[in-house]
Order: sequence, then structure tokens, then C-alpha cells
Amino acid sequence: MLRLFKKIITTGVVTEECKAPKDDELEKLGIQVKRHIDKQFSGSIAIRQVDAGSCNGCELEIHALNNPYYDIERFGIHFVASPRHADVLLVTGPVSRHMQTALLRTYEATPNPKWVVAVGDCAACGGEFGVSYASCGAVANVIPVDVVIAGCPPTPLALMKGLLGLINK
Amino acid sequence: MSSLNWTTDFLNQLNSTEFSIVPAFLPGDKTALWQIESTRWQQFSQYAIEQKLRWAAGWAEHAETVFIVNACFEKEGIYVLLRTRVNAGKPELPSQATVYPAANRSERHTQDMFGINFTGHPDNRRWTRHQAWPQHSYPLRKNYPVQGEPPAITPPDMDYPFVKSYGEGVYEIPVGPVHAGIIEPGHFRFQAVGELILNLEERLGYVHKGIEKIAEGRTPESLARLAGRVSGDTTVGHCWAACMAMEQAAGIEIPPRAALIRGILAEGERIANHLGDMGAICNDVAFIFAQMQFSRLRELWLRTNATIFGHRLLMDTIVPGGVACDLSEASCALIKQDVVRLRKELSELMPAIDLNSSLEDRLYTAGYLSPEIAEAFGTLGYVGLSSGQDFDVRRDAAYPPYDQVTFKVALEDQCDIASRFWVRYKQINAALKLIEQFIAQLKDGVNLNESQTLQAEWQTPQADSEGLGIVEGWRGEITAYIRFDAGNKIARYYPRDPSILNWPALEKLTLNNIVPDFPVCNKSLNGSYSGNDL
Ligand code: SF4
Repeated sequence: MLRLFKKIITTGVVTEECKAPKDDELEKLGIQVKRHIDKQFSGSIAIRQVDAGSCNGCELEIHALNNPYYDIERFGIHFVASPRHADVLLVTGPVSRHMQTALLRTYEATPNPKWVVAVGDCAACGGEFGVSYASCGAVANVIPVDVVIAGCPPTPLALMKGLLGLINK
Repeated sequence: MSSLNWTTDFLNQLNSTEFSIVPAFLPGDKTALWQIESTRWQQFSQYAIEQKLRWAAGWAEHAETVFIVNACFEKEGIYVLLRTRVNAGKPELPSQATVYPAANRSERHTQDMFGINFTGHPDNRRWTRHQAWPQHSYPLRKNYPVQGEPPAITPPDMDYPFVKSYGEGVYEIPVGPVHAGIIEPGHFRFQAVGELILNLEERLGYVHKGIEKIAEGRTPESLARLAGRVSGDTTVGHCWAACMAMEQAAGIEIPPRAALIRGILAEGERIANHLGDMGAICNDVAFIFAQMQFSRLRELWLRTNATIFGHRLLMDTIVPGGVACDLSEASCALIKQDVVRLRKELSELMPAIDLNSSLEDRLYTAGYLSPEIAEAFGTLGYVGLSSGQDFDVRRDAAYPPYDQVTFKVALEDQCDIASRFWVRYKQINAALKLIEQFIAQLKDGVNLNESQTLQAEWQTPQADSEGLGIVEGWRGEITAYIRFDAGNKIARYYPRDPSILNWPALEKLTLNNIVPDFPVCNKSLNGSYSGNDL
């Protein structure tokens, strides 16, 4: 147990160390996000992530938003387990035909007002997979999309910027 | 190729019975190619299992009036590709799944995609097909259009005949396809009594994106990009396997410097994924300290990737004929610095974790996978290595740059989640050492010959030439089959992710665990949905 505490103490708070130029940008971005969220969503925004057919690359970077460097929750943005608790659906992948109904139902289950963010090149335009017998292509081909975050996959920083774009709408 | 291995004896044995196999080799002379009559398909597998051959992969191809069906076997690092032809008019083949459980889902995939009937198959329900195309059309037949004729809205796959259970107190829990976390979609059907899992059935195929179909007609560069997106966490592994297959078909060898850089990329990918997984395993038993530490280390590792290779996950760094970017002196120094830092961090972190009883309590003995079942399903990578399956392509069928180095294959013997956790840790350590060795060789190379190229010149392969790339991805052995058409175009691409063989083991290792332990059981195996569904 002592070793554990030692590691915690010696590691320190890495989130604060985000003062390098790049991470300054992140801080600023985050603070902006927070202000808008405060205004429009009473301080917090709940995101339900839906993988509608991605290669899992986008999920890895969305995951990274929760690591101690980005720690997106400090800006009031958090991920929830059910669409019924969500304000925003964060959808990745080209929508595979086998996921089409599941995505539609998830969208239906999300209470109004709701926003949809299409994450990654695949979600934006079909990406490497396009439209085929197995893939519906872009998310917008299946449900209405409010914001697109491009990238293959978008970096955590790009994801933060994209969410800001949504809240600025 | 030396004939002093088990294939000679086995071939003699077979040819002294009903078989008459004329041995040949795939381009590159690494993989033996044995052609047999379709009626003997299953019989072969009976001889093969007696000789303890491992069933590694299976796929088919459509060539006008016939289907070419392939099954890849391995023993002691030597691969044999078994091939037969079946009449496209009445495509039937005796199933190997009756002998090798590992072949089960693969044959169902081939059945759905080509309409080949595997007679005697123990479970011929559909697998990859849900409702996006009707029962009697087959997307991988050449005359099936890429666009297909999908309905405006593909209905859910309501009537899939799941295994049922009856009896007092037995209840079912359906989970997915949309899961509660940030993970890929799939469906799990549990039957439980109280908290105990009686049965688990996986229903995958939700992220089927038609990868095999949309590969057709691509150029080598474009195929490499697609291969890098078969499974986003294994972009290096799949891209390497596909490029290796294309390079064999084209008869080109990659420059030694490119091989070293590929090695550094692959080991880097292994480390990043293991760090993520180890954190996630701890997170699933609510040990957040470790999750935060591991995700911090992973993030640092990815940032260096971005600095050096221009991409956090290393996508598109491997290209046909070599690699897309060089490593400068400064980059090598940066990587070495990272290696030292990670080693130091882990040396502080691991004792803190090891001595933690609440973690021990949840990880030891949970998710037990017996060596017999691991062998029957041909499980790979850390799942196999934790259950007595001592195999690693890098050691047993070494390819450049691994043929130049020595390293220890990590093994654990308790067959539980803790074993799969510790094997990952050992693999990280081995990978760190490998990276150091590769960098040392890279430097020697620089001194000896400044003008080393990074990409061999591409030669358009002849029509029909083929290749089978086999590499050790971070989840285990990856195989990629490529056949070229005329004009530098891909005719067939089949990637076999290790997950295809590991997923069925999850159904077994969760038995008799409690439902709340399923997430950690699942994470300890961490199969790729995308790599499985294609
Ligand atoms: S955008 Fe790139 S990383 Fe994201 S799902 Fe598509 S291929 Fe994968």
C-alpha cells in the first residue's frame, strides 16, 4: 500500500502539467467549452458514444479524453451508459448496415433536445469503407448530424475542438 | 527449403494412403502448398489433428466455375496451406469443423459469403450474415455487385436461433449490440442462475463492413490503407501482414532498414495496446489507481508516436515495399529515452499493483481457460500463452527483422485473468528490449551505408500471383492472404485477425464465473470486433 501511495505522490497531478504550449491551447479550449456548457446545459453535458461500425481507432482516441492529461470531465463533459441519459450522441464509423437499426433506435431513445456528432472520416463521409452492400457510409445517411469532427482518427485535441463547435451552434 | 521437418514424414504418411499430394510452395518458399480433392477435405483434417497440427485460418475464392477453398495449418513454425477446388454449380465440402473447433466460425463465414455448404458442420447457422443481404445471395461471389441491393433500412436480425435453456431459476441477459462503455458493438446472450453464468453465446457481425469485397480491384497502396483499418488498434500488424503478402506475390524484398523500422513500429503498437489493456483490466475491477497510471503511460507513448511518425496510432506508416518514414538519429534518441522512462515507471508501478490484495482477489482464478480448450480453439497471443500454447510467430517462424535478434517468449501457466495480465507485462518488457536492439542495428546500418533506402521499388506482380503474410500482431498471429489480378489490382484479400480464433474461447472462460465478472473476463481477452466481422 505504501508503494501505491508513493507512486501517487511522485506522479503528482499530471493534468496541471498541461502547460506546454500545446496543452495551454487545450486548457483554453476546455474552459471555453465549460462556459458554453454552463450556459446551455446547466453545467454539464452527457455524451453517449455509439460505435456504428468503426475500426475501433476512433474509440481509442475518445477513450484518451478520459486519461489524466485531458481529463475531459473537469470541463463538465462526461460519458454516460445509456442514450436516455444523453444530450449528445458521439457516433463513429461508417454505419454498417447491420448497425443501422441499432443506431436509429439509439437516436430515438435519446431525449430531445439532442445533438449528433459524427466522429472520424468514416462517420463524416464513409472514409476508407464508403457505401456498399454492407455499409451505409456517412452517419448523416442514417440520422441527422449537427457537427462533424474529421480525422482518421481525430486526435483528442481535435475532439475537444469539435465538441466546442457543437456547443457554439 | 529444407525437407528435414515433419512435413516430409506427414506427406509420406498421407501419400501412402488415399492421398496423392504433389508438394509445392507459395511464392517466397515459406509456406507449403498442398492440393487435394475436395472429397478428402475432412479426412485430411483427421490426419492433421493426429499429428497435432494447429488449424490457423480458412478462406475461399471465387474463380469462374469453381471455388478455391484454403485452410492453413501450422506446426513447429512451419505452415502448410491446404487447397481444394469445388464445383461452383454444387458447392459442397465436408466440414473440418467436426475435427477442429477452430474452423467452426470461419466455415460459417465462408458459407455466408460464398454459399459453400460445409456438410456435417456441427452448427451451420448463419454467422456473418444478419439482414443486409438475403439468404441466397453471396457477397463474395464475383458476380455480386459491391453495392448489393440493400433495403433502405436494414432490419434487426430478430430471428437468429440462439441456444435456449430451460429450468427453474434460469434467466437470460441480452447485452448489446450497443454496449454501455466506449467499445465496439456486438451481442452477448447470457443464461444465468442467480449470479452464476451457465452459458454465454456471442453474436458478432455487427460491424461487418464488407472489407473483403471492397478490397477487390484496389492498388497495392490502397489495399495497404484498407488493411491498416481492419482493426484500428492493430493498424501496424494488419498493414504489415498485407504488405508482406503483396511483396511475396510481387517477388520483392524489403530493404533491411525498412524491416527494422517495421519491427520498431510493431513493438511500439504492442506496448501501447498492452498499456491500455492492463489499465482497463484494473478499471473493470474498480482499481482506478492503475487505470489512471497506465492510461497516463499510454498517452505519453502515443505522443512520441505523433512526434516521430506523425500519427498517434501509427496508421499508414507501413507501405508496400517498405515504410513511409525514416528514423533520424534524434528520433532514435527520443525513442530510447522513452524506453528508459517507461521501464522505470513500470518498475515502480508493478510492485505497487502486485502487492495489492483487492486486485489479487479479483484477477486470480477468475476467467479460467484450460490448456485443452485453448488448444482446441487454436487460441493465440496472450490468451494462448497464458494457457500453455507456447507459440509466437516472431520466434517460431521468424521474419525480418526478428530473424536477427533473440528474445524470450513470455509464458504464464495459471490460465486465468491474472496470467493474461502478467503475460502482457512480460511482453512489454520483451518489446522494449527488442526496440533497443533494432535501434542499435539501425545505427550500425547508418554508419555502414548511408544511402539505405526505405522502400524497395515495386514490381507489378503477374496476374494470379499470390502471397501469405504471417506476422505476430499484438494480439497474436495475423495471417493475410493476397491474390493479384492483372494490372497491379487486388483480386482477393483475406485478413485473419487473431480475434477470430480467440473470441470462441471467451464463451468458455466465462462459464461458472459470476455475471459481474464478465467485463473483466472480456477485457482480459479483448477481442477485436472489427477484425472479426470484417
Ligand atoms: S475514421 Fe479512421 S480511425 Fe475512425 S473508424 Fe474510420 S478508419 Fe477507423
